[in-house]
Amino acid sequence: MKRLSQLFATKKQRILNVYCTAGYPELDSTLPVMKALEDQGADIIELGMPYSDPLADGPVIQESSLRAIENGMTIATLFNQLSTMRTGDAAGTGKITIPVILMGYMNPVLQYGFERFCEKAAEVGIDGLILPDLPMHEYETIYGPTIRKFGLDLVFLVTPETGEQRIRRIDALSSGFLYAVSSSSTTGSNKNIGDQEAYFQKLQSMQLQNPVLVGFGIKDKSTFDAACKYTNGAIIGSAYIKALEHSTDVAGTTKSFLSNIIAQ
Amino acid sequence: MTTKEIKILPIGKEGSGPDEYGYYGSFGGAYIPEMLFPNVEELKTRYLEIMAEPAFQNEFRTLLRDYVGRPTPLFFAERLSKQFNTRIYLKREDLCHTGAHKINNTVGQILLALRLGKKRIIAETGAGQHGVATATVCALKGIECVVYMGEKDIERQAPNVARMKMLGATVVPALSGSRTLKDATNEAIRAWINNPTDTHYIIGSVVGPHPYPDMVARFQSVISEEVRWQLLEQTGSELPSHMIACVGGGSNAAGAFYHFIHEQAVKLVAVEAAGHGINTGMSAATTQLGRSGILHGSKSLVMQTEDGQVTEPHSISAGLDYPGIGPLHAHLYESGRGTFLSVTDDDALRSAFEVSRLEGIIPALETAHAFSALKQLSLRTDNTVVVCLSGRGDKDLATYMKAMGV
Ligand SMILES: Cc1ncc(COP(=O)(O)O)c(C=O)c1O
Repeated sequence: MKRLSQLFATKKQRILNVYCTAGYPELDSTLPVMKALEDQGADIIELGMPYSDPLADGPVIQESSLRAIENGMTIATLFNQLSTMRTGDAAGTGKITIPVILMGYMNPVLQYGFERFCEKAAEVGIDGLILPDLPMHEYETIYGPTIRKFGLDLVFLVTPETGEQRIRRIDALSSGFLYAVSSSSTTGSNKNIGDQEAYFQKLQSMQLQNPVLVGFGIKDKSTFDAACKYTNGAIIGSAYIKALEHSTDVAGTTKSFLSNIIAQ
Repeated sequence: MTTKEIKILPIGKEGSGPDEYGYYGSFGGAYIPEMLFPNVEELKTRYLEIMAEPAFQNEFRTLLRDYVGRPTPLFFAERLSKQFNTRIYLKREDLCHTGAHKINNTVGQILLALRLGKKRIIAETGAGQHGVATATVCALKGIECVVYMGEKDIERQAPNVARMKMLGATVVPALSGSRTLKDATNEAIRAWINNPTDTHYIIGSVVGPHPYPDMVARFQSVISEEVRWQLLEQTGSELPSHMIACVGGGSNAAGAFYHFIHEQAVKLVAVEAAGHGINTGMSAATTQLGRSGILHGSKSLVMQTEDGQVTEPHSISAGLDYPGIGPLHAHLYESGRGTFLSVTDDDALRSAFEVSRLEGIIPALETAHAFSALKQLSLRTDNTVVVCLSGRGDKDLATYMKAMGV
């Protein structure tokens, strides 16, 4: 059974998905950060592939992407790093067993070669993709079959402005889970997610085929709790990247950051 | 001027427009995050219908005539013609209000935004010409205007920043990335994501997600529409042998080419900025240096590293200093319908001085690239060459003064 569906079959609530940028804060931080996230209780890792022009991201993730690019991160380097993700490596980093989703913009993926990208991703043990600027039309006519051929899930986004009919269509095309953007904003916004109860309730009442995880603006226990009230869980991004920014001890920082949030 | 309709050309491969998904050949589309979908979809479903309304046409045409100053003259450049031993006509977009073609588009888009019920306008700008043209129409209509401009460009283009402020616009520095036009565009798009219902984004060139490239091309198409009847009046034929325009994102070129794209007898010459030279690492010649990729919501030719990170271009002219081109131009390049030339900083400067002295017209640095391309073409005495004189050189005076050593 696929890792994502296995997770959602056994855990229905308070699923914690944490975003980190590949190659941040250091080029070789990728696996240690992922391992720390797994050890400290994350259920899913959303691993960001840095891009020079991330349209959907706020300043914190932009900065982390820029730094990762300066550190030398590329898709080819990332796949090298991830080649030991499911087995553990010689440096002693243990293997990652939780689902891992790659998040990235289309341009670097197209330059790497879309089919080659999907093939490599599947080979190193990636479970799914989030490609926020992949349009539905191109997904259906060009890229979808390749993604499915390699057994990868594709997670689409919905927002408070997405109409009900379109939500249903997106749900039908998505697999793994549905990414509910909490408010109309870029990542790391300060819009109050408490104002979005009606939207989360609507998603819950629609009885969608995919589990729903809420992202954007989830930064601490209270926002995580609010997001989990009507959905299956939430995604934390900018707040964790911020915590890592000046960290000299990835495991320690991750522990204090996550223990706070996970506490019931 | 007669209030002729903006011609709605057939959609698809044969016309000048894209297909229903925004593709010109293999370029175009709308590669946007879901957060932008409602805004872009609203535009896509409504722009053609709104532009075809007689009341819209009337208001647009009236403003172009009485406010922008259209039709702009088509001027036979006698001394320049003599120098190149051919017949050269200048399409005087430099005489538009605010000094460049940019305002043709901003007048169209502000009227469209008002019909969509928008209360606020955002825009990006590089040299500041599009920012000034946007601030101008916002003042005219009494609507709030926020312009995103790279921090570096704010330092380089102080007079245009002052003009925008005097017109009542707020100028927000783009602090991300390389802090120039590319990043100002990113910031404008992010600002649109964060203000999804009351705000319209007036993009300044034929770039961005569908329907922007087509919409901006249609508003700018008034340039070639006028050239056709002006040439007919002056020469007895509607068609030039060459239509030459500089290309940053490509809006003045799209407007100058639009009504000639299906006329195979007309050679369409697009001129890019070579900067210090194509292979110096300091260039903005996108068709020469770029590969197919996605930037600012559309698939086109993009200057980028092997790993798909967008690279920083260079041109002496801020308006051509952009690492992409509109999808229409990528298609004209790929299909061979367009001839793409490039001109260095130094050659452009030289042409700016030559044209100033030969014709008494100080062109914008962007336009100077188009003039310099005359030297690369083999022109005959019986050719009819039109140069799209996209803007005037007032904004570039600091650069020209430096070149003169004053
Ligand atoms: C006078 C002038 N010409 C040309 C351009 C380049 O833009 P485009 O290629 O969209 O016409 C600019 C942009 O600032 C400009 O100010």
